[in-house]
Amino acid sequence: MLRVRGLTKTYRSGDKALDGVDLDVPRGQLMALIGPSGAGKSTLIRCVNRLVEPTAGEVMVDGSPVTGLGGGALRAARRRMGMIFQEYALVERLTVMENVLSGRLGYVGFWASWMRRYPQADVDEAFRLIERCGLGGMHDKRADQLSGGQRQRVGICRALIQNPALLLVDEPTASLDPKTSRQVMRLLVELCAERNLAAIVNIHDVALAQMFVQRIVGLRAGRIVFDGAPDALSTETLTSIYGEEDWNASRPTEEDEEDEAQARAIATRLAAEAR
Amino acid sequence: MPTIPLPSGHLAWRRRTPRAVLLRWFGWLLGVLLVVQCWEIMNADTIWEFVYDAPTQAGDLLGRMWPPRWSVLEKLWWPLWDTLNMATLGTALGVVLGVPVAFLAARTTTPSLAIARPIALLVIVSSRSINSLIWALLLVTVMGPGVLAGIIAIALRSIGFIGKLLYEALEETDPKQIEAITATGASGAQRIAYGFVPQIMPTFAGISVYRWDINIRESTVLGLVGAGGIGLQLNASVSRLAWPEVTVMFVAILCTVAVSEWVSARVRAAII
Repeated sequence: MLRVRGLTKTYRSGDKALDGVDLDVPRGQLMALIGPSGAGKSTLIRCVNRLVEPTAGEVMVDGSPVTGLGGGALRAARRRMGMIFQEYALVERLTVMENVLSGRLGYVGFWASWMRRYPQADVDEAFRLIERCGLGGMHDKRADQLSGGQRQRVGICRALIQNPALLLVDEPTASLDPKTSRQVMRLLVELCAERNLAAIVNIHDVALAQMFVQRIVGLRAGRIVFDGAPDALSTETLTSIYGEEDWNASRPTEEDEEDEAQARAIATRLAAEAR
Repeated sequence: MPTIPLPSGHLAWRRRTPRAVLLRWFGWLLGVLLVVQCWEIMNADTIWEFVYDAPTQAGDLLGRMWPPRWSVLEKLWWPLWDTLNMATLGTALGVVLGVPVAFLAARTTTPSLAIARPIALLVIVSSRSINSLIWALLLVTVMGPGVLAGIIAIALRSIGFIGKLLYEALEETDPKQIEAITATGASGAQRIAYGFVPQIMPTFAGISVYRWDINIRESTVLGLVGAGGIGLQLNASVSRLAWPEVTVMFVAILCTVAVSEWVSARVRAAII
């Protein structure tokens, strides 16, 4: 389904965000991409739909290349890839319905979209998706009137109405509370199963990822350092992805204790001087 | 902020280095010298006898302006209507021409950074650097006196105002919303219609109404150079030394401007 070969991105500042990434995601698989901030997770999914232009490498969706396309061909390729964003990225001053239907922009002409005259089939599908994602009756609300969880559902509807083969999901739960995060993840899992979609989900919350996905890929400094089932993710592999940290407990480590002792000493000295 | 080691071993912490303090004193000294010099030049060209006389002259003028000749009001309705139309049509034309210029000038929407953007910026700067009154003066020379010259003068000045404020708004749009629209496979025109337009709509409405308000004030004086409206009447009355008529015109202009400010404040409050 998605096939990435030797994907490399070097930013103009000289930072190498991706360094020869090879990745295959089959149809129907929900894959979590984990890694520390700055590991290249966002860059990777943005290179797939070319919101970021890769420096080298190849991206294929459904056997046809995405890299090297331009103009209309690139737009047609983007229609097949739905994207969901961390802070929802809804057009705040448009209604829920307008936001959802904007997912069809790649299919309708300019005047039809400007006059909001979408084909009846698109409108039917929009109503169906709004209902499916638990937003029934909200189609006329403006996006800036919704809560975080509702906005993310609108974002999901916008991606799904594109009739995508692949979902690119960038930190879908980073701005949501724990309960809403789980609801959104569950919705994503169900929808991928329903529609047999491939999906890449960038996610910070490793525990949440382990709970919902079938496969986890760990990225560190632009390279894949782990690729396997959620159960295979051990303390050692987490360390190899994120660096040294005690993964099992939140009790104070030796280092913390040292810091604390030092802080206490300084406080005592200050008190003595004040006297 | 500099720190200076003291002989006692402590670190002194100052706002500026001694060198910066000295430089600033020197700067202030230069400023004072400049003011003194300017005063000298101004004195050389002023006839002080006339200035001493000014309060008497002003009193005399006020005396001649009173009482107002209200009968002139019936001749003013039509020029006032012209003035309003000049401002409104000029603003409309300015909006129609200014909006595309803004899209060409904004870094986020311009089709080419190397060609289109500098040209659009040049249009904005040249429109802004010339006052409506001077535009009107030029246009009256080129196309003869009348309301049309006034409308075009207002429009030419408005292009720069609307273009500049709108292109700044376009550059301050939220890039995430645009990115999301791009990711759906939208075309360039659709990105503008769905990504940019909703974001700049409130600013656009505010700018247009504000410019209309300014244009009403400016169009009242355009008649002074022959571009029609109430300014033309004002000029005629001043030339005939008909000061009681001038008083009535001042009152009429004041009322028009007050009403336009009230309308634009209400409209802006309704939008934002």
